[in-house]
This record gives sequence, C-alpha cells and structure tokens, in this order.
Amino acid sequence: MAEMTGAQIFIETLRREGVDTIFGYPGGAVLYIYDELLNSDIRHILVRHEQGAVHMAEGYAKASGKVGVALVTSGPGATNTVTGIADAYMDSVPIVVFTGQVPLPLIGNDAFQEADIVGITRPCTKHNYLVKDINDLARIIRQAFFIAKTGRPGPVLVDIPKDITIQKTEYTYPEEVRLRSYNPTVEGHMGQIKRGLRAILQSRRPIFYVGGGTVYSSAEEEVRALAEKLKVPVALTLMGLGSFPAHHPQFLGMLGMHGTYTANTTMQNADLIFAIGSRFDDRVTGRLKDFAPHASFVHVDIDPSSIGKNVITDVPIVGDIRSVLRSLWRLVEEMPKSEVAAFHKQIQPWWDQIHTWNQQHPLKYEDSEEGIKAQYVVERIYDVADENLLVTTDVGQHQMWAAQYFRSKQKKSFITSGGLGTMGFGFPAAIGAKVARPDVPVFCISGDGSFLMNMQEIGTAVQYNVPVKVAILNNFYLGMVRQWQELFYQRRYSEVVMKAMPDFSKLAEAFGAKGFTIKKKKDVVPVLKEAMKIDGPVIMDFHVLREENVYPMIPAGASLSEIVVGPPEK
Amino acid sequence: MRHTISVLVENQFGVLARISGLFSGRGYNIDSLTVAETLDPTTSRMTIVTRGEDPVIEQIIKQLNRLIDVIKVVDLTGVDHVEREIVLVKVVAQGEKREEVLRIVDIFRGKIIDVSPEGFVIELTGDEDKINAFVNLLKPLGVKEVARAGKVAMPRGLGKLGSVAKSVEKERKEGPELAGSSKGEGSGALPA
Ligand SMILES: Cc1ncc(C[n+]2csc(CCOP(=O)(O)OP(=O)(O)O)c2C)c(N)n1
Ligand SMILES: [Mg+2]
Repeated sequence: MAEMTGAQIFIETLRREGVDTIFGYPGGAVLYIYDELLNSDIRHILVRHEQGAVHMAEGYAKASGKVGVALVTSGPGATNTVTGIADAYMDSVPIVVFTGQVPLPLIGNDAFQEADIVGITRPCTKHNYLVKDINDLARIIRQAFFIAKTGRPGPVLVDIPKDITIQKTEYTYPEEVRLRSYNPTVEGHMGQIKRGLRAILQSRRPIFYVGGGTVYSSAEEEVRALAEKLKVPVALTLMGLGSFPAHHPQFLGMLGMHGTYTANTTMQNADLIFAIGSRFDDRVTGRLKDFAPHASFVHVDIDPSSIGKNVITDVPIVGDIRSVLRSLWRLVEEMPKSEVAAFHKQIQPWWDQIHTWNQQHPLKYEDSEEGIKAQYVVERIYDVADENLLVTTDVGQHQMWAAQYFRSKQKKSFITSGGLGTMGFGFPAAIGAKVARPDVPVFCISGDGSFLMNMQEIGTAVQYNVPVKVAILNNFYLGMVRQWQELFYQRRYSEVVMKAMPDFSKLAEAFGAKGFTIKKKKDVVPVLKEAMKIDGPVIMDFHVLREENVYPMIPAGASLSEIVVGPPEK
Repeated sequence: MRHTISVLVENQFGVLARISGLFSGRGYNIDSLTVAETLDPTTSRMTIVTRGEDPVIEQIIKQLNRLIDVIKVVDLTGVDHVEREIVLVKVVAQGEKREEVLRIVDIFRGKIIDVSPEGFVIELTGDEDKINAFVNLLKPLGVKEVARAGKVAMPRGLGKLGSVAKSVEKERKEGPELAGSSKGEGSGALPA
C-alpha cells in the first residue's frame, strides 16, 4: 500500500466522504493541505472572513441535508469560526470545521498563531478532536462526519497540527465507523408510540407543534400525511418553517414571540400538545409556569435531553421523527375508518373555536401608500419567486416578517439563525445554500445592521458568481432593538442608529455586484423581477418605513395569553 | 437531594474537561468528583456527587449521555451500593493529647501513616458520616490540615455497572422507552 502524507489523507478521506465543496481561508498551519487541494477536484470557495465560511457551510448543510465543511488556519482563523460553530450548535446544523494547529511539539508554548480551539469550542460543538497521531487522522475524519450528521446533528471540529499534514503513513480507509459510546436511537419504542397515539385520540383540543427536527429528519411528508389523516391543527416554530405547506387549511402559522394569534392561542388552550422535533424554547412557551395549563404532552425527538427539559412530558418518544411518524401513520391506517371519523367529529368544536380565533385576529399589517412597508416587500418576494425559493434571513425585525409571511413550496427552504440569533448569518448562509442548490432561487432577507456584519462576502459571491438575491429591508435602525426600546424603555432610543450608513447599491457595485436602491413602492415589484433575471449576485436596498413594529408580540416573560396583536389604537 | 452518579468514559485526554465543563456551563453543582482508570485501560470511571431536584438530576444524566466520550451513566442513588471516601488528617498533638488521638484513631479503625514528635498524619476510609464524625472529634485536639478525596462507589453484589444500568433505567418514570437512551454499540445510521 502506498504511503500518503497527512494532507493527502485529509483530501482523500473527504473525497470518499462525498464532499464536493469546502468553504475556507488559508494560512500558515494549513499550507500543506492547500497545496494538496490543487491536486484534487474538490471545489474550494475562498471566503472573505472565516465566520463567513462557517455560515456558508451551515447554509449549504441546511439547504442540502448534507454535511457542510469549512477549512481554516490556526489561531485567528480558528477563533473567527467560533460564532458560526456556536450558531450551528444551537440550531443542530451538521457541519465539520477543520482548523489548522501549530505543530504538535509547539502546542502549549504560546507559539505564533496558537489558540486552544478545542478548549474554546468544547461547549459549543457536538464533539471535537485534536489529531495527535497521523494514524488516527482518517478515522477521526470519518467519525467527525458520522457524528455531525447522525442523531441530533451538530458541529464537529477537527484540529490538525501542521506537522501531521506532512508526515507520512500507509493509508487505509476506515470503511466502518464504530463508536461504542455513541449510538443514537432511531426507531421509536413501539409501546410509547401506541401510548402517544392513544393520547392524541383521547384529546379534544390537540395541536401538532412542529420544529426544526422535522426538517433535519426530512419528515415533511410524514408530518403532512399524519396531520391530514387525523385532521389535527399544525403550528410551526421558526426553525420548523417549510415543513408544512403554508397554504394548508390545517396550518395555523408560526408559534412564539412573534407568531400568529391563532397558533399561540391554540397552543395555550390545547389539551394535548404533540411536539415533533421541537424543544419548548422560551421564545415559544412564554412564561413557563403559565404555559398551556390544560395540556398533556407527547414529545418525539431524537435527543432524549430535549425531552422533559422544560415541561413534564407525559409520553416521551425517543427516535428519528420520520421513522416514528411513519409508525404512527401505519397505526392510524390500520384503525377502523369509523374510529378515525369519530375522532374528527370529536375535535370539530375545537376547529370551530380555532376558526373564530383566526377570524378575530388574522395575521395582518396595515399597508401604506406613503412609503414601503417591510412586510410588503417580503410578500412581494414570495410572489415574484412564485413561492419557489429558498429564503435565508439575518436577525431582527426583517427576520420575523420573513418568517410570518413565509410561503415557499420548496423543502428545506427557510434558513435562519434561531437559537443563537446571529446577525450576519443570512448573507453567507445564502451563498452556501445557493452553492448547494444552484437550480432554486435563493433570497437573503436582511437588515441594514445585520448585512453590515458580513457584507465582505459580496466579494465571494462575485468571484464565484453565486447569484444570490439580497433584499435589505433598510429601516436605518437596529430595528428590533429600537422596537424594544420603544415599547419597554419609554422610547429612549439608545445606540440604535448608525449615522454613517453606506449606499448599499454603490457598495455592491464597488465589489462588482449589481445594486439597486428602492425608495418607491411602485418600484418594488419591477426591481424584484429584474433581480430574478440577473445571473449574478444582486443587492437590493429597500428603504422601508422606519418605525414599523413586529406584531403580534408576546412580551418577554409574559404568558402566551398576554399576546399583543397590534399597535395600540391611535 | 444528593445523588452519586457513576460515569464510565473513554480514557481520553479532555474528557474530564468535557464533564466538568458540562456541569459549570449548565449551572449544575459538583460536590465531589473522582476519576481513575478502570480494569480496562481504555476506560475511566468517574464518580460524581451532585445535588438537585429530580428533573435536574434527570437532565444531568441525559446531558452526560449526550457527550460522545461517555459510555455509561448510572445514578447509584436508589440502587443498593457501597460508597467510600478517604481522608488524611494532620494532627498536632503532644503530651496526653497524643493518647487521646490514638484512642480515637483506634475506635475508628484509622491508620497512623506518619509520626513525628509534634504529631501524626492519620488515614481513614469510610462513608461520609464516619469521616465527618472523625474529623469533628479530632478538631479540638489540634487538626492542622485535612486532605479529603471525593467519593468512590460501586453497586453491591456481583452485578457490574452495565447490568445495573439496565435495571435502573427500567425503573425510571419514563418507562421502558428510555432504554433507547442507553449507549450500546451499533452503526446508528439514519434510515434511508
Ligand atoms: C451578532 C449580534 N449582535 C447583536 C444582536 C442583537 N440584535 C438583535 S436584532 C438587532 C438589530 C438588527 O438590526 P437590523 O439588522 O437592521 O434588522 P432590523 O431589526 O432593523 O430589521 C440586534 C442589534 C444580535 N442578534 N446579534
Ligand atoms: Mg434595520
């Protein structure tokens, strides 16, 4: 068998892992790897900042369901990845981040560009490794990918000292990955599944509370099939958007702090909450002690630690969502038709109630002819793309509007930073998503503040001609912070205005991208249509009405029943 | 309530940091922690004494299980088991006090492991109560220093931790389903 260098082993193992794209940035500690990259057909996308590389890997992973890969150098290269890794950890995104490290003999000496990245990222990775022996390299890489994508997905970091990349050893590809201490449960326990179904069938006011786990498990069809069979109302979390058709008559909208009145009120009054790949996050439950006081809980999740963390679960079901929902579906399928019909009848009064709520307080905004409402732009984006698009967002008001009015027929089509709420996520994530799915239009709905956090990646989009369409909903404010200051700090605006905003369209042009500035409502649709036609990155700067607020809103720490549906009457 | 949790882990560098980091990062208490290699040199056993309400302990166990390097977690509280601690006590004692010290050591079946004209270093093993009582009795006689190790624990009888784990999990209120969270060998692949 031929001897290979560590760098060669690295590339070969990635290739066998099916990696087609790496998002990266070179430096001293990874020079041998970059040299070897020239001999390989793996596509490398040179980013402008390592945080961008990790968000691109996340966008790639979220859009494709495959593992995203980032490669950076030691020290500052490695520490620049931390925000992205923490983001991926909070949102369970399968990525593997490779960091260069100073040579083994120098570790611990405060060598040039040394950082203890394994120590730094221990609490925000699913697992991480420092490679200490070239003979472990291939196995560790295999394990990293396996851990990242199985069970509850998450980021894995592999730190590779420079000397290992030039040492040589005989290469054997580890066909099998065996980890005695890691074996996620896939199939749910049949007894629990039956108990879960019984709980649903006994309920009069059930709701499906569906989260991001469904997207990772690719269980969209299963959720729809089961929901339709049982005719149970469905609400989605921010991370779950896209896993149930937005126009479906059983769809109640998004849950949580800025979710719809109907979804939140239905949840709060339910007698049975069937949680699917969701985690009872505080943004969804509101004040925990007053959350859904009459409900029992059935909870399906692949991660046992998500179950019973915030609410006491009556029927926990540990397993892969797709597999568990299929079992449930079969059980319903085997039931006598009359029994299923009886259940539909049993929950009809609940549906009547839900329809009343929805008529009382549908999701709406007051449009304006004076200026451009951010919500109007969001709606037109979904129109112009014919609901056939992937959407990424940054963090703030624009994110909530993108979510509230979300409608795309594509799967894995809503890509956002939910758990960490990372401003600067959206644009690089859009680039990663577009690289993964070149045939689907990708829009990044961003804010003026957020876009500035990773706008350097315009260069990347231009260099590789990644035709992402960025819609900056520019309110010339850190709008979400301003909203809180308006509502809860007596309008005392503190540091929410950037007085030196760039002209985003000129900024785009400076990088060689196409830029638009849109100040009139009548121009919104034509510009969006024009942008769709351009085969290259486009930055659209929509000057929207500045002091619009996101409603509905459940104030932080309040109960779901304290939802505020709109601005106070003038 | 206090719980003694036995954790079997891969004997790898960084494991201790992962576990202690988990406790500090999530705000769980550690009253004591001991760690050493087991008969199988590829694994180590940690014995962690922690406290918390039942849901917290349940989360601690689940979070420990989530760590890739953790092979097995058993909450020994509620299982018939034995626990021991060890303490070294340095006592400064002269004249008739020396007699008194020796008598107490004798009653507790401690061991003198170092003698000097000024005093003794004494070793004692036992459960927590015994050690507390011992140290409290010696205090008025001139205790200068106490070095106390964390608890080590083991189930009674011939069962190993693995088999105990199964029976403990069955008893847990979430029923047989939680057996799924125990860690065994396997490929763990998602279904096609
Ligand atoms: C990295 C980071 N820093 C700070 C925050 C806090 N934060 C949340 S929303 C927001 C304002 C976002 O402003 P912009 O991107 O313009 O969006 P808008 O709310 O105006 O739509 C801030 C500062 C954050 N989420 N992320
Ligand atoms: Mg803004």
